[in-house]
Amino acid sequence: MKTMKYDKELLKDGKRIDGRGIDDLRDMEAKAGILKRADGSGYFRMGKTEAIAAVFGPRELHPQHKQKPQRGILQCRYNLTPFSVDDRKRPGPSRRGKEIGKVSEGALSSSIFLEEFPTATIDLYMEVISADAGTRCVALNAGSIALADAGVPMKGLISACAAGKIDDTPVLDLKGEEDMGGQVDLPIAMNADTGEITLLQMDGMTDIDEMDEMLELAMKGCEKVAEKQKEALMETF
Amino acid sequence: MDITEIEQRSAVDKIKKSERLDGRELLEFRNIEIETGVAKKAEGSAKVTIGDTKVIAGVKFGVGHPFPDTPDEGMLMVNAEFGPMASPDFESGPPGKEATELSRVVDRGIRESESLPLQDLCIEEGEKVWKVMVDIHIVDHDGNLMDASALAAVKALMEAKKPGLDGDEVLRDEEHDFDLKRVPIACTVAKIAENYLVDLSLVEEEVTDSMVTVTWTKDGLCSLQKRGNGGFKKDELIEIFQIAKEKTDELRKLIE
Repeated sequence: MKTMKYDKELLKDGKRIDGRGIDDLRDMEAKAGILKRADGSGYFRMGKTEAIAAVFGPRELHPQHKQKPQRGILQCRYNLTPFSVDDRKRPGPSRRGKEIGKVSEGALSSSIFLEEFPTATIDLYMEVISADAGTRCVALNAGSIALADAGVPMKGLISACAAGKIDDTPVLDLKGEEDMGGQVDLPIAMNADTGEITLLQMDGMTDIDEMDEMLELAMKGCEKVAEKQKEALMETF
Repeated sequence: MDITEIEQRSAVDKIKKSERLDGRELLEFRNIEIETGVAKKAEGSAKVTIGDTKVIAGVKFGVGHPFPDTPDEGMLMVNAEFGPMASPDFESGPPGKEATELSRVVDRGIRESESLPLQDLCIEEGEKVWKVMVDIHIVDHDGNLMDASALAAVKALMEAKKPGLDGDEVLRDEEHDFDLKRVPIACTVAKIAENYLVDLSLVEEEVTDSMVTVTWTKDGLCSLQKRGNGGFKKDELIEIFQIAKEKTDELRKLIE
């Protein structure tokens, strides 16, 4: 995907194709408690990317050999719905989806008091409804809301957003065309209260100074996401 | 898992004193051996041994239809098999989460560094392109499968010769040059007990919950993947990138 040429200028006089500056997030919307049957649920939208998430558990983990005697585990499913992309996607998680499920577990597990639930599982299901770049971040943001909404004891909310590089310039929160024509994509997730980064992936050519700059941007973005998540949770009380 | 809690605790105790169970320095790899031409039918192959970890990678060329968004580019596919012979914990069946993550991280290191000359692999725009398929086979798992696999995959690609083509028939006895533009090397850095380590043994992997796989080329950093359930502060990450840069420069000398 990254090799596809995007022929328009992505950045002109410090403005991006949708009018944002380099450190602006897309407009966001967050909701908690949107589903009836799930123990907790959440919705998050960033521009045209949106996802819903549902939590079940803590509940008994099957098969039994996966149970951990000392602690519970978090299992995440990340999936793009078939209609979330331009050409219909074959239903069910792809290889990419499987990997994102795994890094999502890595992003969220440390923020949950899993030691309180030996042998149990907490299942988090994240479905992307529409995809315009940043789907793993938006899904995680919905997922973190869902965990809190389910009353899962947590050390803090996890908030995610991506930084990247377009036209040789570090920018915050790439949208579809920017992701396709961009040079670097750097999604992160962090606990906005502690500054601990729990998801970090990067594709593209860069160096350490530029990484520093992009991380800085992404971390500021995560702080704004956290405010939005908290607002949504406050509304349910 | 056969690793006892006592082993785990002694590994951590050692690391706290900046030592390791096998006597290595914290930022020292185990002995590395690289052998090529190990699979005679493959267009390129390499076996990488790091300590007791053994990984074989093979490259096969095939012909296929290009992706619609890249009609003039060949295709790269990376797959990993955690075969049941490599560890009592591996089971037969389709790739699990670990194998999927590993193959995708290796894939991104090669793809994002633009190491493969994908445009040279176009046969007929929009119709026919070469598919370069890299299969990674884990045969003995004693820790650090990621770095061993990335090294085996890139070495196999460096060794690969492109077959000839007659219509749709692949002529495997012909050998055409096929050069990589860059050599991406992965190094996984972990933090245990406030110390940074590379090339984790199986026991050490059990006791860490956070590591970062960093892939460098000579021209820059091309891929990152935080693995495990922990987290890092930004300054720690910057330090990790630097450690990985130095270590990948060392590793690159072994295969170039």
